[in-house]
Amino acid sequence: MTTKYRKQFSNALAQHEVRNNTENVINKLRKHRLAAFPDQAEWVNLRRHSTAIRVNAISKLPQLLEQLEINLQRNGIQVHWADTTEQANQTVLNIMRFHDARFVIKGKSMVSEEMGLNDFLNTHGIECLESDLGELIIQLAAEKPSHMIVPALHKNRKQIARLFHRQFPSIPYTEDISALAQAARRFLRHHFATAPVGLTGVNFMIAETGTLCLVENEGNGRMCSTAPPVHIAVSGIEKVVECLDDVPPLLGILTRSATGQPITTYVNMISSPRKPNEKDGPTAVHLILLDNGRSRIYSDPELRDTLNCIRCGACMNHCPIYKHIGGHAYQTVIPGPIGTILEPQKNGLDSYGELTQASTLCGACQEVCPVSIPIPKIINRLRWEHIRKNSYSTSGAGSGRRKTEAIIWKIWVWNCIHPGAYNRITSVATSMRRLTDRILAKISPWTTARAVPRLPDTTLHERLKALEIDNE
Amino acid sequence: MNDTRNTILNRLKAASSDQTMPSARDISNSVNWSSNYTVQLFRTQLQSAHAEIYDATDHSWLMTLQHICRVKHLKNVLLSPATPWGKAIIENSANLPSLKYYDNPVENWKQSLFDGIEAAFTSTYGGIANTGTLILWPDSQEPRLMSLVPPVHIAVIEKTKIYNSFAEAIKAQHWSETELPANMLLISGPSKSADIEQTLTYGVHGPKELVVIMV
Amino acid sequence: MIKTESRMDFTRASAGPKPDTVYLFGTCLIDLLYPQAGVSAVHLFEREGVNVIFPQTQTCCGQPAWNSGYRDEALAVARAQLKLFPRPIPIIVPSASCAGMIKVHYPALFKDEPDEASVFDVVNRVYELTEFLTDILKVNLTDLGEPTTVAVHSSCTARREMNVADRIDSLLDQLQNVTRIEPDNAEECCGFGGTFAIKQPEISTAMVLEKAKAIENTGAQQLIGQDCGCLMNIGGALKKQDSQISHVHIAEFLWDRTHKAKP
Repeated sequence: MTTKYRKQFSNALAQHEVRNNTENVINKLRKHRLAAFPDQAEWVNLRRHSTAIRVNAISKLPQLLEQLEINLQRNGIQVHWADTTEQANQTVLNIMRFHDARFVIKGKSMVSEEMGLNDFLNTHGIECLESDLGELIIQLAAEKPSHMIVPALHKNRKQIARLFHRQFPSIPYTEDISALAQAARRFLRHHFATAPVGLTGVNFMIAETGTLCLVENEGNGRMCSTAPPVHIAVSGIEKVVECLDDVPPLLGILTRSATGQPITTYVNMISSPRKPNEKDGPTAVHLILLDNGRSRIYSDPELRDTLNCIRCGACMNHCPIYKHIGGHAYQTVIPGPIGTILEPQKNGLDSYGELTQASTLCGACQEVCPVSIPIPKIINRLRWEHIRKNSYSTSGAGSGRRKTEAIIWKIWVWNCIHPGAYNRITSVATSMRRLTDRILAKISPWTTARAVPRLPDTTLHERLKALEIDNE
Repeated sequence: MNDTRNTILNRLKAASSDQTMPSARDISNSVNWSSNYTVQLFRTQLQSAHAEIYDATDHSWLMTLQHICRVKHLKNVLLSPATPWGKAIIENSANLPSLKYYDNPVENWKQSLFDGIEAAFTSTYGGIANTGTLILWPDSQEPRLMSLVPPVHIAVIEKTKIYNSFAEAIKAQHWSETELPANMLLISGPSKSADIEQTLTYGVHGPKELVVIMV
Repeated sequence: MIKTESRMDFTRASAGPKPDTVYLFGTCLIDLLYPQAGVSAVHLFEREGVNVIFPQTQTCCGQPAWNSGYRDEALAVARAQLKLFPRPIPIIVPSASCAGMIKVHYPALFKDEPDEASVFDVVNRVYELTEFLTDILKVNLTDLGEPTTVAVHSSCTARREMNVADRIDSLLDQLQNVTRIEPDNAEECCGFGGTFAIKQPEISTAMVLEKAKAIENTGAQQLIGQDCGCLMNIGGALKKQDSQISHVHIAEFLWDRTHKAKP
């Protein structure tokens, strides 16, 4: 059966330029990460520590969110809660309207992608401008990010050069990466200085101190959160950690896992709006805490591990499937292995359940995950929910159940629990192998790229019986 | 809005388990480096992130600053007249470019800050060796945009305030017991991006150059 | 590749004394497609003085259903296997994937089932073939074959679930006329993934073609692995491209090179 996703994956596999671009960048990211963890024992320790920090924070999530809220409010940061992306969008719009603002400059935020914020604000007459270089490229191309950390990794410099030349005709055509970055700098600088509102994501929220941490390299996150008079931060509710001491290990493992850097150029820890007598910084800081299905994921102890994610992207960088099909083929906000478990849980197995099939369960994702998320185990669990007759945890559960497939498995079970029948069938299959070979040759998906496995003349059962290696 | 808050929190609380988690969070990663090694590591890490480092003493740092301004052909430098460093610079401004002071709320001069200032000089709150990082604690004297908007950022750091790791800096400087600034900053090089083909390029939105004077 | 301590990890049964008898769990794939791998495993054990019991009523470990989300079906099949190994002796599985199914996934599959306790008795006695040959039997191999070069593909389950991927290398390195060549991206999955190859054939094809190319580029004469699923996948792709590289399971390869053919 050729499903929506299989078509999508086939299309992606046919895009050779995108595949080349993706593979080139991913190979670099893998190499950088490997070099960043030269000491195996240190990696094991840091990972154990980071996992414990996230598991601890998630286990106390409601209490830490309450503590965070109290401390943020005490510091003068306004806290808004949103159950759905619609509510989150509406909150942003209300803040914009309150300040009579028609323009927002944005730092990189995957939660704002999840909200579909740009489209929403556009329909309400508000212009959004992405300021992260990768996000700007994506916005100019009217596309979606194909990666959490490197949003435009599917584009090479030539494609970006053509795009910039089309969008900024006054700038001479160049394929020089530095010149392209400088063009973006010149274009955005004026907007940083004049934007009435800046919007960013958040990497960690510290409950103990009421602090929002943002990590970035370009300085656009700092610009968005410092230069405009109003700063809006958007975050999923799961991004909280208990205390300041939790930040150094997580920060260290995040940047090294993501790009192999010991630290990003900027770590921005925001604890309040502009204080009395201070001369810059926004006078109003808002935090929007988005649920959008997270509390539902939280309700299941096994699925809950999904929320430990710190969005480093290492799982996608090391996923052979992501490498081949690229981020867009997933048709989700977050692609790759973590997207494979997160998106069906958030948006329902009925629409995204087939994504759980986009895995060989090879375990490369879990191996590099800095907070030890058992992604293959959760994929396995979601595959179960997808075809399960009665289920409770995930919306759209049971939607993947197909009668024919269920019957095939029933027959398989019968065969496997009746050894007499099993042995007769396998024996017949091998002894009539000329015929079975011809039947096997017709399984087209297998044989498009592979020769038919040739059956031997007898089974292992028969051979060992002949050798009298048998039951005791 | 309050309803939404309570709905979310109640859902989380209903699901919250009583499981006590193994608390391995206090794993100590402290190292025992000589202060020389710490300073050397700080230097090499910052240099590998494309920062320029100058060694100076309590007496020579002003000359170093003059040298930096000269070789970079700076026409002006933004600084705080209130810090001890700023005061010393103002007293010895003969061989320096035009000095600018951040003595007005940014709203009053935003455009000239973005377009007219070539460099800013700031103090630092400390440094982190293993990542090559400056800690900045902006306040009313040295506002946040000083280390961000001008194309050149010159920072002075005292070697005695360089800690082995971020975790050690938090502990040694008692951050948990201190009122944090509106915007605490860790800066580890000039602004950069690798968003195109994962190839590094410097000076994207923040400073194109980071110059560190170690005293 | 960084080997990590993952939650999938488990404490392997400590290397005990050499047993005089073991069970062989042949796996359905070897039964039907690669029986000589199973026969070779028996020969290897017997040469070390270890008797082999092969319960004739064994079928499949249940992995295909488990990985497809059909847990009730997997449970029924797994339960039928559990009863076949009553004696307190090791159970050897010539496939890391099936060994991993029993060792890592049976405890989850049988969780809260009435026979949950009996699972751990079986789980603790399971060894993957190369693990058993090196860690327990500590075999010393004498190579009788002509000089040859081989490429190794260790399965993802050997690498990341059973953590035994280095055993196949150390066995091959005992053979003095065998040169082992590591293919590019050796740690990357070949794209088999059981039912994945059927459900997502397009991606699976892209993956196996890349893997086959990496193997071909080694210039080796044979492809060796400890998992017949991967071998069937990569070997099938090599054959389709008329490659000269044949594929063979490690047990068969070791036996063929180390025993004197009967006159």
